[in-house]
This record gives sequence, structure tokens and C-alpha cells, in this order.
Amino acid sequence: MYHDPKLAAALPTDQELIDFVLREARMLDQQRYEEWLSLYAEDGYYWMPLEWGQTDPKLVCSLMYEDKLLLRVRVERLKGERTFSQKPRSRSHHVLQMPHVESRDDAARTYVTWTSMHYVETRYDEQTLYAAWATHHLTVEDGKLRIKLKRVDLVNCDAAFGNIQLFM
Amino acid sequence: MSRYAGNADAIKALVREAEVHRDVFVDEELFRLEMEHLFANTWVYVGHDSQVPNVGDFYTTTIGVQPVLMVRHTDGEVKVLYNRCPHKGVKVAAEPCGNTGKVFRCPYHAWRFRTDGSLLSLPQQKGYDETGFDQSPASRGMTPVRHMHNYRGFVFAKMNDAGPGFEEFFGDSLSSFDNMIDRSPVGKLEVAGGVLRYMHNCNWKMLVDNQTDTCHPMVAHESSAGTTKNIWSTVPEGTAKPMAVEIFLPFMSAYEDFDKMGIRIWKNGHGHTGVHHSIHSDYSQIPGYFDQMTAAYGEERARKILGEARHNTVYFPNIMIKGPIQLLRLFKPISANKTLVESWTFRLVGAPDLLLERTLMYNRLINAPTSVVGHDDLEMYERAQEGLHSDGNHWVNMQRLYDPAELTQENVTTLGTNEWVMRNTYRAWAQFMTCDM
Repeated sequence: MYHDPKLAAALPTDQELIDFVLREARMLDQQRYEEWLSLYAEDGYYWMPLEWGQTDPKLVCSLMYEDKLLLRVRVERLKGERTFSQKPRSRSHHVLQMPHVESRDDAARTYVTWTSMHYVETRYDEQTLYAAWATHHLTVEDGKLRIKLKRVDLVNCDAAFGNIQLFM
Repeated sequence: MSRYAGNADAIKALVREAEVHRDVFVDEELFRLEMEHLFANTWVYVGHDSQVPNVGDFYTTTIGVQPVLMVRHTDGEVKVLYNRCPHKGVKVAAEPCGNTGKVFRCPYHAWRFRTDGSLLSLPQQKGYDETGFDQSPASRGMTPVRHMHNYRGFVFAKMNDAGPGFEEFFGDSLSSFDNMIDRSPVGKLEVAGGVLRYMHNCNWKMLVDNQTDTCHPMVAHESSAGTTKNIWSTVPEGTAKPMAVEIFLPFMSAYEDFDKMGIRIWKNGHGHTGVHHSIHSDYSQIPGYFDQMTAAYGEERARKILGEARHNTVYFPNIMIKGPIQLLRLFKPISANKTLVESWTFRLVGAPDLLLERTLMYNRLINAPTSVVGHDDLEMYERAQEGLHSDGNHWVNMQRLYDPAELTQENVTTLGTNEWVMRNTYRAWAQFMTCDM
């Protein structure tokens, strides 16, 4: 337990971790991508494994394993006039189960949540449903929660997919 | 009504010197004829023998739309069999890969086969006594594909007797495989990293055409590579260029750059981009790799092997390889308007892991269903698949830098924005569609 009240106040409660995950999904569905990107730590990653139970993001292929620079490319690209695969544009819809706080290490400022979700991506007449688990590895920077790693495990990670254009 | 079956002249008329009729992409009858003729008369890629390293290892796939499997037989050789029980037609193996031991056992009625396909036993065998069963094709077990060839680990099969032999079919084009394999200090590749599977609602040949289409990257991929270029231009000078930026930026090369890179055309529909230079030429050195290559081959030969930076080599009918980054894309036809694209990657045995890491980064940035490059390519194919139903114009144009003299030439190199490799594809298409009609 932290007895220094200032320090304790800077630590996120479980409810704040849960709210963060819910808010992140809402930003995506409301297409507030710039704001969403700012949730990432500078050395943060978004990871969508290709294999069931994958542990290695570098010597095993993934659907996505992207640092903030590559995520920024995606966010900028979505705004572009010549982003042809977004004419018409895609939209997303998340349904999250209540996130579980898997672990918290206040001394190291590392927190892990686990969230089961259904994700829908649409584009004009097409609507595709995905089922996945999101694992958020969070930290605190300048008093704010930030994403060190968001891992999205699709239940059918090894299936042949058409375009998946937005963020789960 | 059948318009094309058995009508070689009608099929040949679909391919003009520099134009191709839209039926080649949208017509379901022609698709069925491709499966019956084109994919039977040509050497089609099955898999890599590193996928079946041990006796009894198998890998299931398709040739055209026909299920086949590749298996390591008890004598150590790789066999390619039709994946069909001779009894009721059940696919004997259903998983993408596995080990079956010394025998395949059909899960429906327990017929058992040796790993060369021959029938080993079936339950209650005396029920077949004096039925003439030994005259039935069923008694011969799982049918091997008639012709197969293992070229330095890459396994191809040809279902018909018609069509040329392996060496004649590929000729000098095998030099691209050689270069990819020779990049290993021990001359060996292994499938590694997993396969990206990407479903495309378009004809398989649109993928083939795209591989040597050097006039699309700076247009279709402006949103991804161009955006990367813009963002990269804002970082402080002296910042180390990340691998991902090295991979994206060359997509924005100018037409003149692609012209200078050159293309090469071989007979039977094969060809490649990046003769003199390519989008893969200027990647960073991988620490320790050149020393390993020099130790293995001597400096002169090592420089020669690594100096080849062939961009995309298309092998007719349906694969593309990238030697410099050890990648193979397989365009699996499903119907006239549906194609499964599989992107396979290889480890250079004996080389640093960082090479595989770069290969896998390339694969997910460019070839994944989640790839910002793939998104715009697929968008173009799907728009074309729909647009071609228009009766405003029945012809697809492939005329760029066309010269009638090319009709008698092969094994030549020319300007990189020439659409000659595409024209070459369709000349081969007409030839192999009709050579057994």
C-alpha cells in the first residue's frame, strides 16, 4: 500500500483502467483517430497475431505489428484524398464485455487488462463480424494512462480474410 | 450455352496482340476450361519440400481447384497425390499439414494407403472377392498426380501429359529461383514465419498482371507509401531510417526509375521486373551476412548473388517470387471472380535472423489483409472485376511500349514500364488453354 497520498492519487484504480479500455473503443467507433493515437506511449505497439497463442512478433508473421510511426501512417492515410480503398469509407462498431484487470504492478506502473469483444467493420453494402480478445498493456506517463501494447487475438486468426481496414 | 468448350479458335481470338477480351476475367465457362486445360497443361506450384521434412509429413493444397496433398514417402521422396479417397471421394487429409506415419487412413471407411497412394488394405476385404474390384480404379488407391518435379526444394506438378517438360517449360527463368536459394550461405531455404491468406473478390490473373505493373505503385499506393514519405520528411535530420520506411518509400519511385530498373521476358509466360536495380536494391546491410556469404561462395560470387535484386518474378500460371526478400505469392483460383492469395516466406538457412524479420515485415506491410498497400490493390482489382461487366468496351488494354517485333522474341530485357510481361502472360494463356484441345 502507498501511504504517500500524492503518489496514491497518481495511480489508476481498477475502474479507471476499465474506463480507459471502454473509452478507447469508443474513440475508434467515433473515428476520433488522432485522439486515439495520442493514447499510445511513444514506444507503444499495436499487435494482431497471425497464429493462435503466438509469442514472437518478429520471427513469426503477424497481421499487424506496428509502432506509433506506422499507426500514424494509417491515421493520416484514412484522411487522404487518394485513399481509394476508403471511397466509400469504412466504419467500425465494438461490443466489449467488461474488461478484466489481469494484473497491476503499481511500482512499475504496468497494468494489463483483458477484454472479450465482437467487432464489426462495414463498408457500404458489406458488413463483417470479427470475434477477438484485446489485451491492453498500460502504463502511466505524465499522470495519464498510455498504451504500451494493444494485442488483438482474433478467434479465427488463421482464416483467410478480405480487407480489414480499421483498428479493432 | 457453351461458347468456348472445344473451340480453340474462339479462345485464341480472346487474346489480341496488345489487348485481352474481358471474358478471360469474368466468364465462368472460361474459368472451368482454365481448370480443365490451363492448370492441367502447365507446371503448377504445389509447395516447398521443407514443409514435409520427415517421413509421413503431409501438406494439403490445391492445383487449380483440385485438392491434392504433398507427402514425404517412406523412401524419403516427396509425392504429390490427389487428396481423394478412391472409395467415396472423401478428402483423406483435411488439416493444412500434419504427419500421417507410414499410412493414410480414410476416416470414413478405414481404407488404408501407403504414402505413395497405393492401397494397403481395406476392412472386410473378402466382400470384394470375385466382384471385379481389382479392375476398378479404386483398387489402385489414391491417384498420384501424373508429373511432378522438385526443383531445389520447390515442388511443381503437371496433371496432363500435354504441355512441355519441366526444363523446357521454365527454361532460363529458373535463374530467379536459383538466386533466391543461393542467398542462403548453405544454398537452402525453409518455409518460415507462417502464411498470410488474403481473400480477393477478383479473377486470379489480375494478381498476376499486377506483379509486373510498374505504372501503378506511385498512383494506387500514394495513400500508403506517399503518406509514409510525407511523415518521414518531417522527422529530424539524422534520424535512423526504420526498416518499415525503407520498405515503403521505393513504392513512390518515379516512372523513369521503374523504366531504368528494366524487365525481362522469358518464353511460356514467365518474366520479371527489376533487371538492373529494383525497389529492393537499397535496403540496409544486415550485419554479418555478407561475411557469411563470402565465406561460403568467395567474394566475387557473393557479390554477384547479392547484386541481383530482381523485384517480382512471375512464373506462369499463378505464382510470383521475390528473391531479395525470400517471398512467394500463390494466386489460388476459386472461381472467375474469387481468388485466395497466399503469401509464403522463407528463412535463408545459415543466415542472420534479421533477414527473416525483414521478410516478415515486408509480408505484413504489403501482403496482409490488414496491409495499407494490399487494401488499395484489392480495391483496384475488385473495381475492375465489376467494371469489366460493362459493355462499353470488351477489351483490356496492355499496349504500353508494344512493338510487333516482340512476337518472335524471348529472353530479352527492355524498359521497366513495358507491359510486355502481361502480354506474354496472355500469349501463354492462349497456348496452354488450347494445346490439348
